[in-house]
Amino acid sequence: MTQHFVEIRHAQKSYGTLEVLKDISLDVERGQIVAIIGPSGSGKSTLLRAINDLDPLTGGEVWLDGVQVNKTLPHRQYEKHINEMRQQIGMVFQHFNLFPHLTVRENVTMAPKLLKKISDKEANALAEEQLDHVGMLERIDYYPAQLSGGQKQRVAIARALAMKPKLMLFDEATSALDPELVEEVNLVMKQLAQEHMTMIIVTHEMDFAASVCDRVIFMDKGVVVEEGPPEQVFKTPTQERTRNFLRKHLEGAK
Amino acid sequence: MGLDFSVLPPFYGTLALGVLWTVAITATAAVLSFFGGILLAVIALYAPIVIRLPFRFLSWLFMGTPLLLQLFLIYFGLVQIGIDLPAFVAGVIGLGFHYAVYNSELIQTAMIAVDKGQMEAARTLGLSRRQALIKVVVPQAVRDVIPPIGNNMIALLKDSALVSVIGVSELTLSAQRAIGQTYRAFEFYAVAALLYYVVNLGMEAVLRWFENRNRLYR
Ligand SMILES: Nc1ncnc2c1ncn2[C@@H]1O[C@H](COP(=O)(O)OP(=O)(O)OP(=O)(O)O)[C@@H](O)[C@H]1O
Ligand SMILES: [Mg+2]
Repeated sequence: MTQHFVEIRHAQKSYGTLEVLKDISLDVERGQIVAIIGPSGSGKSTLLRAINDLDPLTGGEVWLDGVQVNKTLPHRQYEKHINEMRQQIGMVFQHFNLFPHLTVRENVTMAPKLLKKISDKEANALAEEQLDHVGMLERIDYYPAQLSGGQKQRVAIARALAMKPKLMLFDEATSALDPELVEEVNLVMKQLAQEHMTMIIVTHEMDFAASVCDRVIFMDKGVVVEEGPPEQVFKTPTQERTRNFLRKHLEGAK
Repeated sequence: MGLDFSVLPPFYGTLALGVLWTVAITATAAVLSFFGGILLAVIALYAPIVIRLPFRFLSWLFMGTPLLLQLFLIYFGLVQIGIDLPAFVAGVIGLGFHYAVYNSELIQTAMIAVDKGQMEAARTLGLSRRQALIKVVVPQAVRDVIPPIGNNMIALLKDSALVSVIGVSELTLSAQRAIGQTYRAFEFYAVAALLYYVVNLGMEAVLRWFENRNRLYR
C-alpha cells in the first residue's frame, strides 16, 4: 500500500548501457502541482512518460491513488490494466499530437465515445463543455490544420480533460509555441491549477513554474538533484548544480 | 470489307450488359482490394510472425505470378479440391487479392510514415493498440495514399478484361461474342475500347471526389 497520491519508487531506466533514470523516488499529493526542470537530456521526459508507461521503466514502481500502474501481469491482462490506468492520466505533448483527420469536436469525443460508451448527445455536450473551458468552443468544427499552435494545444488539453483524469502530465506544453501564443496555454494551465487538478509539469519556463507550482524538482543526469518549494529552489538553491543550471538559464533568457 | 458501324445497334444490349458486368466486377474487386489491402498492411506490420510469414508468402505469390494464371488457378484449379466458385466470384477474388497486395504495399509505407506521436496520443487516452490503429493510424495512412491507390484501381479496371477467360460476360467477352456472330472485329473492339474509356472517366471522377473530400483535413 502507498500513502501518497502519486508515488514513484526507485525508478530506473536504461537504454542499453545508457542509464537515463537512476533510482528516482518521488511523491505527489492530490491537488499538488509539481514542476520538473533540468537541462536537456536529463531524463525529464523519460520520467514523465514512465508515469503512464509510455516509456516503460526497467526497474522500480509507479503508483497512482493506491494502484500500481506498472504492475507485472500477463500480456493481455496488462494491456487491459494499463488502458484503464491511462484513462485516468491525461497527457499533453510538446507537439500537440492532435488527430489531423478529425475535427476539434471529434478529437475531444473520440476516446470518451470509444472507452466510456457514452451517447453521441452526451459526447457532444462533453466536447462543448471541455472546449468552452479552454476557450475553444468557437472552433469546435474546425480541423487542427486550421488552428494556431496555441489553439491546438488548448484543444489537446481539452481532449485529455474529456477523459476526466485524476492526474495531468505536461511535457513542455509551450516549448513549440511562438512566444506570443505561450500565455494563452499558460492561462489554461493556471486555471486547472485553481481547480486543484493534480499536475506534473515538465517545463523550461521558470517564471511559470514559480508562479503556479507547489514544488519544483531539479533533475540532472537521471537523478533528482534538488527539490522544494519554488521560492527555495529558485532563490536559495542548496546544490551547486542547481545554481549552475539556473544561472545558465538566466543568461540564456537574456 | 470496309468498316460498317451499322452492325452495332443489334448488340447494344449485349454491350450494355458487358459494361454492367465490368463495372460490377471492378467495383466489387476494388472494395475487396481496398479493405484487403488495409488488413494485409496491418498484418504485415503488427501480426505475430506465425501469421505474418504465411501472409508474406501469399503476397509474394500474388505479386510474382501472372494474374491470368491466378484466375485459372482459382476458377479451374480449386474445383479439384472441392471449391467450386462461380466465375464472377472467382474473378472478384483473383482481382481483389491481386490488387490488395499492391494496395497493402502502399498502405504499409504510409502507416510507417504516420507520426509516432499519433499512436502515443491515442494510447495515452487509453485506447488499445487495435483501437488506435483503426481510429487513428489507418485512416491517416489511407488518406495519404488515395491517389496511388486510385492508380491501382484504374489498372484493376483494365485487368478486369482478363476475367473474360473464365467466362464472366463482362465487356471484353461481350464484344468477342458479338464478333463471333458478325465477324466485325474492328467495330466491336473499337467500341469496347471506347466504353472502357468512358468507365475509366467515371472512375476518375469518383477518385477525384475522394481526393477533394480529403483536402479539408490538411
Ligand atoms: N528511445 C531512446 N533510445 C535511446 N536513448 C534515448 C531514447 N529516448 C531518450 N533517450 C536518451 O535519454 C536521455 C534522456 O532523454 P529525455 O528525453 O528524457 O531528456 P529530457 O530531460 O526530456 O530532455 P529535453 O529537455 O531535451 O526534452 C537522453 O540522453 C536521450 O538521448
Ligand atoms: Mg523532454
